[in-house]
Amino acid sequence: MTQADFVSLVMPFKDKVFRLAKRLLVSREEAEDATQEILLKLWKNKQKISDYKNVEAFSMTMTKNFCLDRLKSKQAQNLKIVHSNYQDKGHSSLQKQVEARDSVDWVSSIIETLPEQQQIIVQLRDIEQYDFAEISKMLDMNETAIRVALSRARKTIREQLTKTHSYGIK
Amino acid sequence: MVLNSIEKLLEKYDNAETTLQEEAQLRAYFAGDNVASHLESYKPLFIYFANTQQEAFTKDVPLNTKKKTNFYQWISVAAAAVIMLGIMVPQMWNSPTYSQEEMELYNKTKNALAFMSSNFNEGASSINVLEMASDNFNAGMYKANFVKEFGKTTNKFLK
Repeated sequence: MTQADFVSLVMPFKDKVFRLAKRLLVSREEAEDATQEILLKLWKNKQKISDYKNVEAFSMTMTKNFCLDRLKSKQAQNLKIVHSNYQDKGHSSLQKQVEARDSVDWVSSIIETLPEQQQIIVQLRDIEQYDFAEISKMLDMNETAIRVALSRARKTIREQLTKTHSYGIK
Repeated sequence: MVLNSIEKLLEKYDNAETTLQEEAQLRAYFAGDNVASHLESYKPLFIYFANTQQEAFTKDVPLNTKKKTNFYQWISVAAAAVIMLGIMVPQMWNSPTYSQEEMELYNKTKNALAFMSSNFNEGASSINVLEMASDNFNAGMYKANFVKEFGKTTNKFLK
């Protein structure tokens, strides 16, 4: 496999890998590093790549595991600060809430308050628009469990959104 | 009518029962301008989904770094080998070759040095002879002492 082959293989889903990484790691730099790491891992194993049935699904699984490891690891100590910063946005000053209300970024901070599992599912379904079969392959979960988690996540997001929306009207 | 079906779709959406096509329909509806006021709160959600989808990974991935360093490492090894050969090979070839003239000069010098050394040894042996003479002389001196002693005693008698 030449470099050009590899690039054309990876091209369609490298942004998806990046976005999933960014969803979990929050900071853009961290997500870029993670994506780079994952693409390099794929490149190193390029001989084995033809054995994988679905390189894209495989990469997404790898990304998920890598990012969760990253969050658990020592390096995540720095990320913690970023996380709490974002959570703070949700509960703190009225000023910030008002600022965020109109902006679409607000959705992003609501999603950040969800459990990691639900974040991943929302990312894969609502943003990347994978069908449930693919998601179940990537996450190694059955489809019903995914639907349940997704439904919970969507309801939480909607609740938060309507709450802020009505605050905004009053 | 449209509103009705959108509301139904949203309910299905919240229960995670919508298909991808239905979700695309919702996205299209909320991307438009005439969103019903009581559904306004959903708008940022779907706009956010659409926006996030545009985000791209722009960093370059250095795919070939590893290969390149390997290549340069081997080049440095080859260079070291070439330099070592360059120093050693001329030394090994040049040392045994002397011209006829040089050999002749060498032999002549060797002979001259050998001749000098043999003369020197001869000189050293003649010094040995002198040493022997000096020994004899010392023995003579010793005997002369007896005569002196004898002279002393005769002088005492004469007194």
